[in-house]
Amino acid sequence: MRLICPNCGERDVREFYYAGFAAALDRPAEDAGVEVWDDYLHNRDNPAGEARDLWYHESGCSAWVVVRRDTASHAVLAAELACDVKAGGA
Amino acid sequence: MRFSGLRVFKEGLTGNKGWKAHWRDAEPRPAYDVIIIGGGGHGLATAYYLAQNHGITNVAVLEKGYLGGGNIGRNTTIVRANYMMPGNSEFFSHSLKLWEGLEQELNYNVMHSGRGQIVLCHSDGQRDAMVRRGNAMRNQGDDAELLSREGVRKHLPYLDYENARFPIYGGLLQRRAGTARHDAVAWGYARGASDRGVDLIQNCEVTGIDIENNMVRGVQTTRGAIRAKKVAIIVAGRSSQVAAMAGIRLPIESHILQAFVTEGLKPCINHVVSFGMGHFYISQSDKGGLVFGGNLDMYASYAARGNLPMAEHVMEAAMALMPAIGKARVLRSWGGIMDMSPDGAPIIDKTDTAGLYLNCGWCYGGFKAVPGSGYSTAHLLATDTHHTSAARYRLDRFRTGRGLMDEEGTGSQHNLH
Repeated sequence: MRLICPNCGERDVREFYYAGFAAALDRPAEDAGVEVWDDYLHNRDNPAGEARDLWYHESGCSAWVVVRRDTASHAVLAAELACDVKAGGA
Repeated sequence: MRFSGLRVFKEGLTGNKGWKAHWRDAEPRPAYDVIIIGGGGHGLATAYYLAQNHGITNVAVLEKGYLGGGNIGRNTTIVRANYMMPGNSEFFSHSLKLWEGLEQELNYNVMHSGRGQIVLCHSDGQRDAMVRRGNAMRNQGDDAELLSREGVRKHLPYLDYENARFPIYGGLLQRRAGTARHDAVAWGYARGASDRGVDLIQNCEVTGIDIENNMVRGVQTTRGAIRAKKVAIIVAGRSSQVAAMAGIRLPIESHILQAFVTEGLKPCINHVVSFGMGHFYISQSDKGGLVFGGNLDMYASYAARGNLPMAEHVMEAAMALMPAIGKARVLRSWGGIMDMSPDGAPIIDKTDTAGLYLNCGWCYGGFKAVPGSGYSTAHLLATDTHHTSAARYRLDRFRTGRGLMDEEGTGSQHNLH
């Protein structure tokens, strides 16, 4: 599997550290309550198909990247920098 | 039809014409007391113990594909009870005891072989941790023996004892651990359940779960609606998708775990051996193939095949531990889809919907759990109380933080197990 880094282009998956689904970016407010935080920390949509996940380009440019990927076929569809996703209010 | 030595002998003399199908390929009826979604090892074992231990036989097992075609048919067949955390410890201890009586119980040759597992250690710290784990295993009533380097050499003379980077300090031996024929486990439970009246329905995909007034009423399938008083979701590998039909979001990420098998060789590896300095473990099947695997690929996947980096890592670890393996040729490799939970332990519990039960989150430990899982899930379905061996496998432990079974000490967090 070769992932896309918006800075470096297509790179071998070995260069990246995986940090799970990009749900981690949607951090709830501190006072959101136990249920919301439980859901954020533990529960996942876990799709069999198109998913957005979070990768750290550890052996490359050190960027955090949100990759759109098909979990059933390993096809890599698109990628954007996590900081751009956050700035876009996602 | 009972199997026996005499029967095999007689069939041998009469052209093996008397063997019958091992179970009925049933058609769905309109209603059941219990529907089990998933005809894998855990689902079939649950059906068997519902009938055998609780006399509940108006049961259907619904399988999307064919019986035993999922992870029960794609694992590395290891059976052991070397866990340390309360919760896991008593569960796998119970499961191993069931394994030891399984062939007599089912009158089926599951080729269970208590050939012993040796986990190796390669540093003083690892040995200390191993002593602690061994003591925990013995406190639970299971066997564990600490082996010195020379003790390991006696059992495993073919390892590389001159490896300067990963020196072998010793190992932990569990003599009762071993392997079993994975397919036969599914077939044996299927036959036992079917003989007791359970309907095993293949090519029947569940497409919806009917819930009214927060009570389960039945399921929708590709072969029509089926009503039921109780429904159990036992579909590790697809748990998130099936649970979503009941509006449940699970604490599960699906990951890929690869395994490999070589061409058939003469007997050379008599135990299950686990390398302590890389993710690698190996045993030899009765057919002669070396069956080995490593760690998760470590990204979410349903592809049932992995990528090269982990294949390469596993081969490197194999060569570091037992260089002779370099002579063997890999025949095939495959991947199983693992229900990974945040703490690395499974879930056997009721849900917030009355009559709906959940068995999932087996991570990479599902095969050895099959008897214990079926036994305790059947108990939960029949009595609405948790069996003592599985009482801690609660769904709410992630929310409350109570009773987490973080065997690896990495915290209750996804992607660390």
